[in-house]
Amino acid sequence: MNPNYLDFEQPIAELQDKIEELRLVGNDSEINLSDEIGRLEDKSRKLTEQIFRELTPWQVSQLSRHPQRPYTLDYIENIFTEFDELHGDRAFADDYALIGGIARLDDKPVMIIGHQKGRTVKDKVKRNFGMPRPEGYRKAIRLMEMAERFNMPVLTFIDTPGAYPGIDAEERGQSEAIAYNLAVMSRLKTPIISTVIGEGGSGGALAIGVCDELLMMQYSTYSVISPEGCASILWKSAERASDAAQAMGITAAQLQELGFVDSLIKEPLGGAHRRPQSAAESLKESLTASVDKLQQLDHSELLDRRYQRLMSFGAPA
Amino acid sequence: MSWLDKIVPSMGRTRQADRRQSIPNGLWTKCPKCEAVLYLPELKHHQNVCPKCDHHLRMGARARLDWFFDEEGRAELLEDLKPVDRLKFKDSKRYKDRLAAAQKSTGENDALIAMHGTLNGLDVVAVAFEFSFMGGSMGSVVGEKFARAAELALEKRIPLICFAASGGARMQEALFSLMQMAKTSAALERMKNAGVPYISVLTDPVFGGVSASLAMLGDLNIAEPNALIGFAGPRVIEQTVREKLPEGFQRSEFLLEHGTVDMIVHRNELRETLGRVLRKMQHKSVAPAIQPAEPAVQDWPDAPDE
Repeated sequence: MNPNYLDFEQPIAELQDKIEELRLVGNDSEINLSDEIGRLEDKSRKLTEQIFRELTPWQVSQLSRHPQRPYTLDYIENIFTEFDELHGDRAFADDYALIGGIARLDDKPVMIIGHQKGRTVKDKVKRNFGMPRPEGYRKAIRLMEMAERFNMPVLTFIDTPGAYPGIDAEERGQSEAIAYNLAVMSRLKTPIISTVIGEGGSGGALAIGVCDELLMMQYSTYSVISPEGCASILWKSAERASDAAQAMGITAAQLQELGFVDSLIKEPLGGAHRRPQSAAESLKESLTASVDKLQQLDHSELLDRRYQRLMSFGAPA
Repeated sequence: MSWLDKIVPSMGRTRQADRRQSIPNGLWTKCPKCEAVLYLPELKHHQNVCPKCDHHLRMGARARLDWFFDEEGRAELLEDLKPVDRLKFKDSKRYKDRLAAAQKSTGENDALIAMHGTLNGLDVVAVAFEFSFMGGSMGSVVGEKFARAAELALEKRIPLICFAASGGARMQEALFSLMQMAKTSAALERMKNAGVPYISVLTDPVFGGVSASLAMLGDLNIAEPNALIGFAGPRVIEQTVREKLPEGFQRSEFLLEHGTVDMIVHRNELRETLGRVLRKMQHKSVAPAIQPAEPAVQDWPDAPDE
């Protein structure tokens, strides 16, 4: 099994391995294999298209957590310039699972906040698998209030399994930290645009996700509880995660249909990790459009619009 | 285990079953903390506080509001709001059937009751979570009712009090329920900016999405003694950190020590305390003496023999 591919992608992996082999042989010998390679590449692309046309919500959920998926720092590198990372909640610590700083979107100064997962084992531990503690959320709101003072749009990038469920997090008021962010973000006098780039895990995601416009990458998910968590409570078995993913409606496509998503960003064939730069370009286009649109509203229009948007969720018909 | 039980284990079991049956249904209950056998009418008379060990047992939403408000001039708000199964959610049971069962057993439409009335003469809006309705979970009806109660309090510039008891967001309403966290918090923030008081009373238990939104946003957060309150449930934390949780973890006293709640107030003193702080926050003069929380001692029957 090829670890770069998920289980449902293994047929693609096998074809890719074959193509690689032929390339090596082709390099070493006189025989021209380019026709054969071209044919196989065509086949691989068609197979990928076919598999990705019929992804189940559970498969999308696996893609959203793909170990090679672009993370916040990757998007920052590919979309923005002059990123200056800012650290700490001014009270307790800096949280590496939730990062932030100021950058430019083309020429425009913006505040960036995002969950950050690690790539290597050491980095994963340092980033706590993208699960912030209260100091992370408190840093985030500190930076957002700074953005309000300096009139910068806030762009948040959501990618977390959830807020960290640990003893220290509880001691320092995980609930309060999240609740406080929800309240302050609802009246922050600057546009807030949130993009789910990977996993949108519950309150830990929403704590940087109260926004004027919600963008979702095509293979990202957003839910009140992880499919595994939901399955183990309601089905009494984590094995039923795929049923839970289906029932809850967690994919960008499902959520757009339910009216939560303002733009769905198409990903390259095979997912954002196959061509991160191209995924970033598509996202940049949508971000720029949203910023331009929202910056035309004055503060009271912006806040009224945001409040009405929040009140509309689940309101009686 | 005595030698006799070892020899005739089946006899022991029967005896235990008999003992349980000997408590007549509907009149007696056991205190979950001190295990004293309690006469239900007496327990109710003490607002569900164990007369033996002072343990605060859970209190239903309607009983809570009934006890909280002055008798005259109360009106229920938005009582007709009913939950909708937008996702046609089905796990081992249909959400629709779970709702119907909860509605039948509690007599309520959903897990939050909202009322407008007076507390010892002070005009207030109060909401209470019904924990026995699907664990007091917050779906769209709970969020909508809460937000509109907050909007009413803001419009009238009168305080809002919330008695929270909830396991968190309602999974069967998926992202709709997650968004109720943002919705309720946004409504509260408008009250806060207008200087209209909101007091969150945390009762046993408060977790998840309710804890991480409306329940922690009070101008004052007040907990009842020994209530279990946190973001993640103790079992989830134990599985994550793989350590034993410290004694008293996530109890009200732990939260007070860590600076999360302003005070812990005994249920007998809660009405008086709320009235006292709210009158100060609203620059009203001292309240007329409140009727005593504990009426004259009555003669209650003895517990049945065990």
